[in-house]
Amino acid sequence: MNTKINIAGVEFKNPVMTASGTFGSGMEYSSFVDLNKLGAVVTKGVASVPWPGNPTKRVAEVYGGMLNAIGLQNPGVDVFMERDLAFLSNYDTKVIVNVCGKSVEEYIAVVEKLNDTKVDMYEINVSCPNVKEGAIAFGQNADVLYDVTKKIKEASKKPIIMKLSPNVTSIKDMAKAAEAGGADAISLINTITGMKIDIERQTFVLANKTGGMSGPAIKPVAVRMVYECANAVSIPIIGMGGIATAEDAIEFMLAGATGVAVGMMNFVNPYATEEVVKGIEDYMIRHNIDDINTIIGAVH
Amino acid sequence: MQARLQARGPAHVELKEAWRKADKYMFMKKVKAEVISSKMIEKDIYDLCLNYEGAKDAKPGQFVGVFPESDAHLLMRPISICSFDDKTLRLVYRVVGFGTDEFSKLKEGDSAIILGNLGNGFDVDLCKGKTVVLMGGGIGIPPMLGLAKTLKEKGITDDVHAFLGYRDKNTFLDKEFEEVCNVHLASDNGEIGFHGNVVDALKSSGVKADIIMACGPMPMLKGIKYYAEGENIDAYISLEERMACGVGACLGCVVKTTKEDHHSHVNNARICTDGPVFDARDVDI
Repeated sequence: MNTKINIAGVEFKNPVMTASGTFGSGMEYSSFVDLNKLGAVVTKGVASVPWPGNPTKRVAEVYGGMLNAIGLQNPGVDVFMERDLAFLSNYDTKVIVNVCGKSVEEYIAVVEKLNDTKVDMYEINVSCPNVKEGAIAFGQNADVLYDVTKKIKEASKKPIIMKLSPNVTSIKDMAKAAEAGGADAISLINTITGMKIDIERQTFVLANKTGGMSGPAIKPVAVRMVYECANAVSIPIIGMGGIATAEDAIEFMLAGATGVAVGMMNFVNPYATEEVVKGIEDYMIRHNIDDINTIIGAVH
Repeated sequence: MQARLQARGPAHVELKEAWRKADKYMFMKKVKAEVISSKMIEKDIYDLCLNYEGAKDAKPGQFVGVFPESDAHLLMRPISICSFDDKTLRLVYRVVGFGTDEFSKLKEGDSAIILGNLGNGFDVDLCKGKTVVLMGGGIGIPPMLGLAKTLKEKGITDDVHAFLGYRDKNTFLDKEFEEVCNVHLASDNGEIGFHGNVVDALKSSGVKADIIMACGPMPMLKGIKYYAEGENIDAYISLEERMACGVGACLGCVVKTTKEDHHSHVNNARICTDGPVFDARDVDI
């Protein structure tokens, strides 16, 4: 039975990854799951300098999911390399670093610092809805996205994944722009912008007013978008959005995802990633599948 | 705490390992726990006892996440540990919404889904031989009971005063505090004990605190921080914030700190893992 997948020349032992921002750099969940069993750990967003993030309240529960407006709090690339990357190098799993920035130069500063490390790939966060400058501004206009992708790709010694926002009119246009700009892969979806109002206090629940929605409630939107993009581009797709179980992961793969990532559901079931890995194997046995790659985009 | 806030770089990895070795995070699992008993002890206040395998590793001031059995309400509800022994965990909580309402309907023999043990808890060793003032306000009172019991059972000090603040005469747990320490009641409306807040109750009591440990609503904790700094008394306060993961990954529940935090180095510490108990001087509340 083959569970290995390949994205831009990088071989993953299985398609299961962590969605950026829901798994730290693996340390916090290493007491629950064996990181060696995962296809990849995708880190929380890393910027060129420390970012303090947004004021609290930063999270809220919504029906079938949650809203977050963390604002990409992170210690910056130097501490990340010294501490988190050092930690992850103890494990036999691929490391994808999520890179965030407020300008193209800031993305490139992170990429250049990590170019000569053991990082396997970069995931470029052009889709965080919770920071005002940069980030989402790069991910909502196809021309800008093409340009940013091209510049980062030129600076990068590793394959790059552009992480796409669902908060656009046509996600396949964004996927095409990323592909044209030289992206090696795309990942989707980032969170869907939402809002929650406390009717007793008649105020916003989140300090940022809006937040990104994640969780099982957004899964049908994510599956549809993965399917649309898979039919629009030829680069591999990493699918995410409400994945809780192996069945969810298989759904994304049938829609066209090569890799899959567990996000918010890590908070609900800290064992979720490892369970999805095991569940995919069970599915393969049940359906007599020798190679997981045969189900990618196989929906008909 | 201060050392942890200042820790940097690779030292942090060692530190994290050191915590594990120190058994601070020895029990960290999501498990089913059998309900031994569940009862209402005051209006909207429930007392839940669980047969819980992590109980023997619990520390006063730690908390657990309790999950609703719902596909719509997914996140854990952080609830402070009231008290514990080798096998049982006691949670005393207020019903405030969907999750806690569901928990209030649990019956003997049912099970609760628990993620724990979470957070750092109170460092009881700091209390050795001192006059300890415990302050609890409202639903911040329960964790102080476990602390009072631990101080007594471990013989850490026999000079413990609990200042308990309630809204009105409808008190809870105060009789149990009386079994292990001196108790001073206060109420917002003056129906029972001192008429006013716990800080003013302490001031008027004549008790000279060497160290304060507290849990309660933010205005009370701000008052304690201000008072303790003015009097140059060590104070450790347990904070609350909306949480998602409970294990330090999501960065949802941060508090501004006066020093650089060891995780992100941006003066924003994680309440779930760097706290919930902080040296009052270290937080900017």
